[in-house]
Amino acid sequence: MKRALDLAFPLFVAIAVLTAWEIIVAAKQIPPYILPSPSAILAALAANWATLSASMLVTIRVTLQGFAGACLVAIALAVLFSQSRPAERALYPYAVILQVTPMVAIAPLILIWVGFEHIDRALALIAGMIAFFPILSNAVQGLKSADFNLLDLTRLYGATRWQTLVKVQMPSALPALLTGMKVGGVIALIGEVTAEFAAGSGTASGLAWRIVESGNRLEIATLFAALALLALTGILFFAALSLLEWALLHRWHESAIRREA
Amino acid sequence: MTNLLLEAANLSKRFPNGVEALADLSFALNAGDFVSLLGPSGCGKSTALRLIAGLLPADAGTVTFPQSKQEMGFVFQEPTLMPWADALTNARLPLDLKHVARTEANDRAAAALARVGLNGFEHALPRELSGGMKMRVSIARALAAKPKLLLLDEPFAALDEITRAQLNDDLLRLWREAREPGEQNDESLTILFVTHSVAESCYLSERVLVLTPRPGRLAADIALPKQSERPSGFRLSPQFLECQFRVSAALGAAA
Repeated sequence: MKRALDLAFPLFVAIAVLTAWEIIVAAKQIPPYILPSPSAILAALAANWATLSASMLVTIRVTLQGFAGACLVAIALAVLFSQSRPAERALYPYAVILQVTPMVAIAPLILIWVGFEHIDRALALIAGMIAFFPILSNAVQGLKSADFNLLDLTRLYGATRWQTLVKVQMPSALPALLTGMKVGGVIALIGEVTAEFAAGSGTASGLAWRIVESGNRLEIATLFAALALLALTGILFFAALSLLEWALLHRWHESAIRREA
Repeated sequence: MTNLLLEAANLSKRFPNGVEALADLSFALNAGDFVSLLGPSGCGKSTALRLIAGLLPADAGTVTFPQSKQEMGFVFQEPTLMPWADALTNARLPLDLKHVARTEANDRAAAALARVGLNGFEHALPRELSGGMKMRVSIARALAAKPKLLLLDEPFAALDEITRAQLNDDLLRLWREAREPGEQNDESLTILFVTHSVAESCYLSERVLVLTPRPGRLAADIALPKQSERPSGFRLSPQFLECQFRVSAALGAAA
């Protein structure tokens, strides 16, 4: 019942807003190049489905590539930091610098270095760089949060560093890591879109480019359709990562356990 | 004939924050002993246990094992279980770390769980177990490694009175079983039990080491009646009261 209500309430809000939108656009006769009606957006989505769906797949693929790369590098670095304090001291400040520098300012440089002929690679790199820090900081915190007594126990039984890492530290880090991945996954998409904007015309072929292109042509209904698909992509990313979090934690971690009423 | 298992000599420990936990603590344990380390909170009991386990370095003094370093088990104040792993996997941890073959490790961990009365709970997660059951898993984990020396750091302090009494009896049974030649354990088990409960120390152990308030020094080494010589219903007997009186007096004198 609670689950049904969780779905029903936002759905009701969406229907109410879309209906009001449709009525207001018709009543006020707002021109479609200023604000198209939801029905016009739906029509544009249907008419341009082949192009938009292909662009959506490009956006998803490139974001996933960037996100996967960010996860690999961030987890590897977090493991290194958990094993070596000097390495953490030496490298962590650079991870912070990477985070605080606006990616949109670095994006043109990366595009030039990687080359416009490898535009997808450059976009994935930018998406990954944006997603990287939340994953790294959460993974580092998670690896350091293992129960001290459990760590002592592994020492008592002569565990190697690798055994301690695999048996105790990594499972302990899982909740924090998954939180970082959830944040990182969503902002990887933002990074991909930002990078496409920075790439400019003609090279990128994802949803962000469709938005720019539609805006230039004053096809505002298509722009809205692309925006809707972008939002849907973001929701899909978040939902997939939430599902992963649930799958890995629901049996044992407080954050994912459903409490009896 | 005594069979010296462990000798702690002149142990001292001061922490970086300036707290002097232990000063010149010396005692010895014989194989098969059940000894309690008793003292007020903060007197360095847990520190002493960690020094013996090698989990902390001593500032001064030595811990020696005359017959070679013994296999140790450690039970903390909290159950300290891996929340993501079931009871069997938790009990198997020491064996996994020692690369014992999975089948043998499973058998030994299951046997250890059975010994602490957790038959049928092998696949329960810690969150599905009561506080007492979690502590039993923690003890099973220590036993699975077949330790010669079991170090327990106020393991039952957070439990209710009834559960605590049951676990006291279970611990005594496990210690007695280990002294009897058999399939499960053919060598004696020595227990060093940290507690701040006079009654618990008297009920469980045959010898109580009383520490002074911080920094912990040995104030008294009190021999109590052997378990084998105790009457049934010892908990309600005048001898038990007499033991508590002696230990309480020593604790009072040490303060």
